Amino acid sequence: MIGLDSLARLGRAGLALMAALGRSGVLFFQAVWGWPSGQGVKLWMRQVHFIGVLSLIIIVVSGLFIGMVLGLQGYSILVGFGAEQALGQMVALSLVRELAPVVAALLFAGRAGSAVTAEIGLMKATEQLSSMEMIGVDPMRRIIAPRLYAGFVAMPLLTAIFAAVGILGGMLVGVDWLGVDEGSYWGTMQATVDFRADVINGMIKSVIFGLVVTWIAVFQGYDLVPTSEGISRATTKTVVYSSLAVLGLDFILTALMFGRI
Amino acid sequence: MSQSAVSEEPLIKIRNLHFSRGSRKIFNGINLDVRRGQVTAVMGPSGTGKTTLLRLLGGQLKPDQGEIILAGEGDIGRMRRKALFRIRRQIGMLFQSGALFTDMTVFENVAFPLRVHTTLHERLLHDVVMMKLEAVGLRGAAALRPAELSGGMTRRVALARAIATDPQLMMYDEPFVGQDPISMGVLVQLVRRLNDALGLTSIVVSHDLAETMSIADYAYVIADGEVLAEGTPQALQQDPAPEVRQFIEGLPDGPVPFHYPAPPYRDELLGEVL
Repeated sequence: MIGLDSLARLGRAGLALMAALGRSGVLFFQAVWGWPSGQGVKLWMRQVHFIGVLSLIIIVVSGLFIGMVLGLQGYSILVGFGAEQALGQMVALSLVRELAPVVAALLFAGRAGSAVTAEIGLMKATEQLSSMEMIGVDPMRRIIAPRLYAGFVAMPLLTAIFAAVGILGGMLVGVDWLGVDEGSYWGTMQATVDFRADVINGMIKSVIFGLVVTWIAVFQGYDLVPTSEGISRATTKTVVYSSLAVLGLDFILTALMFGRI
Repeated sequence: MSQSAVSEEPLIKIRNLHFSRGSRKIFNGINLDVRRGQVTAVMGPSGTGKTTLLRLLGGQLKPDQGEIILAGEGDIGRMRRKALFRIRRQIGMLFQSGALFTDMTVFENVAFPLRVHTTLHERLLHDVVMMKLEAVGLRGAAALRPAELSGGMTRRVALARAIATDPQLMMYDEPFVGQDPISMGVLVQLVRRLNDALGLTSIVVSHDLAETMSIADYAYVIADGEVLAEGTPQALQQDPAPEVRQFIEGLPDGPVPFHYPAPPYRDELLGEVL
């Protein structure tokens, strides 16, 4: 019976999905309550360096180019209305509200998320996690928690750097190249970008994205089938699921934050 | 075996252990004792769940039914997470792959359990690590990284790490697999010597029959989820049961079939193509 078979397959897939969601929830809470005692800060700082500092180059370069493109596109639209002085406002609002949190999170998923998944996965495949357990050290505390907390902190910082570099990139093109008045570029920005409504909301987004991307990355690494194929699938899943989660969540958060305007 | 050793309560008592993976039954009511101060061997063909047994003993897997009593601590299968992590400090385990932490040097690998479980001063910690490395003959390799070690050396470093905190119980998962004759000889001697010198209790899970029998005080042969035979190595050598004889003499076919279950050969070759 083809109909029954596909129904059974659907049911099995649904059950597997529910079980995975359950496992990821348990992992999340165990890791959040599992700040490693003693060496916690040292382990956490090492991870902030690994997933934060080492992602800086890609974040800075992408931020610069996106800012420059915004400057160029914004100018070509605004100049038609004689409103090119508002370029600073346009570049800053696009970056602070949307592009910096979202693009930085997507880059973060590709650069740091996949690395975290592969690292944890390989630790599992080479029995390092098992041996740690047998030594009496909980990998949830030693391996998972520092990475989760590092992502939580690194993401908003990377987003802020992305936005700042982007605004400079926009200025480089708009002011230095296309001749928009420098005073207007910064003045309109200062007058219209609201700290609470724009900057804080953008940061809230980035904190949530950081948490979700790192959560997906550590869970995929911890839960994978410990074979080479399993690691490759889990790494791919990290990037795909993180990207979809970031874009979907961005819509929901934007609707909540700016939907009433 | 002395009379006092027999009367003493075993360090580990496994009773009526059942465990399955999916629909496949791995253990079907196993009883097994590990006596203090002895080297107990658990042997059997590949795929009989020897490694699974060690994972059950370490509490990394939970039995479906039955008890695993660690003397003075209770049933490992029913322990809470926190209690498990506490008792694991008294258990050392040597993994088949060594499972060294690849981001640390040999020295740091051996120092790892000491750093997390003790508050030894750095100077003292250094001396303890060096003593453990000396015991496995690798003091000179302290500064190397795991990637720079041969297979035999990796396993010896892992052994030094496993005994770093002086556990009561050592579990060896296929310690002799894939070793050249010299490394194998070294490891065989180490298992026995460490057991006696440090007053450990050891469980060696292996299918390397001659090596394991040469150092074991007591051995179990398991297959198909059950204990086929048990006794001292000398007694097992004399065991007349065909399953045991097949394993001990290394015969390709017998009660343990050479062929994986399959439909009749004739049908496969002459029947319809699937």
